[in-house]
Amino acid sequence: MKSLLRDRKTALFVLVLVAILAVILPLVLEPFRLNLVGKYLTYAFVALGLVLCWGDAGILSLGQGIFFGLGGYCMAMFLKLQASTPEATKIQSTPGIPDFMDWNQITTLPWFWQPFHSLAFSIVAVAAVPMLLALIIGLSMFKRRVGGTYFAIITQAIASILTILIIGQQGYTGGVNGITDLRTLNGWDIRTDHAKLILYFVTIALLLVCLGGAHFIRCSKLGRILVAMREREDRVRFSGYDVASFKTFVFCFAAAMAGIGGAMFTLQVGFMSPSFVGIVPSIEMVIYCAVGGRTSLLGVIYGTLLVNWARTSFSETMPQVWMFAMGALFVFIVVVLPGGLASLYRTYLDPYISRLLGSSSKAPVHAGREADHANG
Amino acid sequence: MVEKKTGIFGIQSNRRQILKGLAALPVMAGLPRLAQAASATSAVNTTGLAVTDDTVTVGILHSITGTMAISETGSVEAEKLAIAQINASGGVLGRQIKVVQEDGASDWPTFAEKARKLLENDKCAAVFGCWTSASRKAVLPVFEQYNGMLYYPTFYEGLEQSRNVIYTGQEATQQILAGLDWVSREKKAKTYYLLGSDYIWPRTANKIARKHIEGHLKDSKVIGEEYFPLGHTQFNSVINKIKLHKPDVIYAIIVGGSNVAFYKQLKAAGIDLSKQTLMTISVTEDEILGIGGENIAGAYACMKYFQSLDNPANKEFVAAFKKMWGENSVIGDVTQAAYLGPWLWKLTVEKAGSFDINKVIDASPGVEFKNAPEGYVRIHPNHHLWSRTLVGQARTDGQFNVIYQTPDLMEPNPFPVGYQ
Repeated sequence: MKSLLRDRKTALFVLVLVAILAVILPLVLEPFRLNLVGKYLTYAFVALGLVLCWGDAGILSLGQGIFFGLGGYCMAMFLKLQASTPEATKIQSTPGIPDFMDWNQITTLPWFWQPFHSLAFSIVAVAAVPMLLALIIGLSMFKRRVGGTYFAIITQAIASILTILIIGQQGYTGGVNGITDLRTLNGWDIRTDHAKLILYFVTIALLLVCLGGAHFIRCSKLGRILVAMREREDRVRFSGYDVASFKTFVFCFAAAMAGIGGAMFTLQVGFMSPSFVGIVPSIEMVIYCAVGGRTSLLGVIYGTLLVNWARTSFSETMPQVWMFAMGALFVFIVVVLPGGLASLYRTYLDPYISRLLGSSSKAPVHAGREADHANG
Repeated sequence: MVEKKTGIFGIQSNRRQILKGLAALPVMAGLPRLAQAASATSAVNTTGLAVTDDTVTVGILHSITGTMAISETGSVEAEKLAIAQINASGGVLGRQIKVVQEDGASDWPTFAEKARKLLENDKCAAVFGCWTSASRKAVLPVFEQYNGMLYYPTFYEGLEQSRNVIYTGQEATQQILAGLDWVSREKKAKTYYLLGSDYIWPRTANKIARKHIEGHLKDSKVIGEEYFPLGHTQFNSVINKIKLHKPDVIYAIIVGGSNVAFYKQLKAAGIDLSKQTLMTISVTEDEILGIGGENIAGAYACMKYFQSLDNPANKEFVAAFKKMWGENSVIGDVTQAAYLGPWLWKLTVEKAGSFDINKVIDASPGVEFKNAPEGYVRIHPNHHLWSRTLVGQARTDGQFNVIYQTPDLMEPNPFPVGYQ
């Protein structure tokens, strides 16, 4: 974190981001719009993970929705149990269990639901369960040197398998409806505007923590090894580094962040469904990253906000053709700005700001990382 | 339906037709408005809904993109038709209805987001929308929190009752029980084979069917029950089992694209639906467009509405629908139920004398729509509709012959005791 403060430019940009998210947006947006921004920001957690995973280490995962979904489901299971008190569910044939279990003729709470009565367990599980799955996937893939396109395809397959599993086991997961009608967190009603505002700020705080963590990794030696792996994997391996372990680590880190994003999503939206686990949302998350610029931590946050804002406003203003407008936006960005929003900044804004701040452009920056470093 | 799906621009040109239609009716629209002498906005709207002296805003929230678009387009069209007709006849409490349409994009969280937008941002006095249970479950907390009014058109599994929702389709017992009674009586059926797509509606419906067959029909039993993932297209193994066990009735609740494969394979396997009784609660005229009339002719469907229903109100409705949306339009059960939404809302608002949600909710029980295309309907205190159940037999041209109609209205019972 020291390096974060040392670099004046980085500090400035983080300040700008905080000012926009925590001061300007809450002042100018009505509660409904602000809640939407909060929802968008939960995807930014996934995008941050992808910067490390894809932008730095070159591991393209098309299955980040898995981890986002798992984190979200862990939180949703806790909230659902809170909402399924025997009093609230006395209309069911078996009171005290979630409503969808009752509809599916399940009469006792399954064993893997039991620990989710505990808030502490659930909070740990939000990051731990995605990490555990990422660990298993990482160990079984990277140790066998499965990489590149094959890895991307396998992550897609896993996303697809998990969706089918969740939809098929509807008695245990809520099926295609998902886990809905979540009300309170330890007695605190999460549906009120006031609660949504608090959750919005919690999301920002967690996002900044994740941003700090990711930045710390990138500035450390570990971050350089990640980039080295992307550029010349064999050389890193011949230099004596255990490439598979580094890859597994960064994949798990990204998974944990996605899980946290998923949990915040559940809290703000009020339900979780398999539609966030599958292939389409996973690819959308990669698109946020590509639009923002996959090597820029701050860039992907703006990218996520831009894409989601466009999605909402296009679909509100032209419900019949909004998908074409979204497609056009992506094509435009890929053709005109292959490096995403971040490249726009680097070409036009960065030289100017460097001159303004004076010193930081002369600061010694690691070769090849100059642009990345400058933008966060 | 295929045409509807391709017609992104077609829909727009149709919308223009509505506008033209409306422009042609200013005289008609003007007269009742003068007669009604609209009451003061402050009196009919005390909670800040989007009501002005001459307009009231409502929302339409369906998927017009994504996999559900093909099913939901019919509902959008029916709702727009009803709204255009209501406007042409003077509006609601002297106010013309303005529509804000949002796309749920076949994505449940998007439905929740848009529902919130319609209620909080647009202050819609009512929303007509949702199709799948999943989308309804996603928006339900939003409607309850912001105290909105949702008119939901699809026949569904029941097990739900919300003060903020009027369910204009049938819940499961309404759709199932009378049909089973009929097939047991008329076809002397004793053995049943239950099939379904694997999600909440077919499972709940088959549970109710099984309880009814085993508990209420004489000497009858279920000899098989199987579920298939959504989108499943290989039905040969179950068809072989059916040929082996020779059930008196195949009871099929297969949805979406799976239907096409199921009925084609059934026919290819030599099962002739004019000899083998098959009853379904998931195939309407809309689905037959995909299945092909020749593949399903002879099957029985249990619904509350068929396009071929012979009564003056329905003839008028079908003609108006085709005029607005094209001669090849097909009207299924859900489309008709969607058409009821705006009319029931208008009748309820006029009964309450106010747009206020709480007053509309209080006034809802007992509201009658005497000239519904399906016949007479009435809102039950549990927010579902009293309606008749019909049995229709599929024809090769994709329509149904209505061969049985319950003499009385069926009482909606979303939480059926003894069927859980």
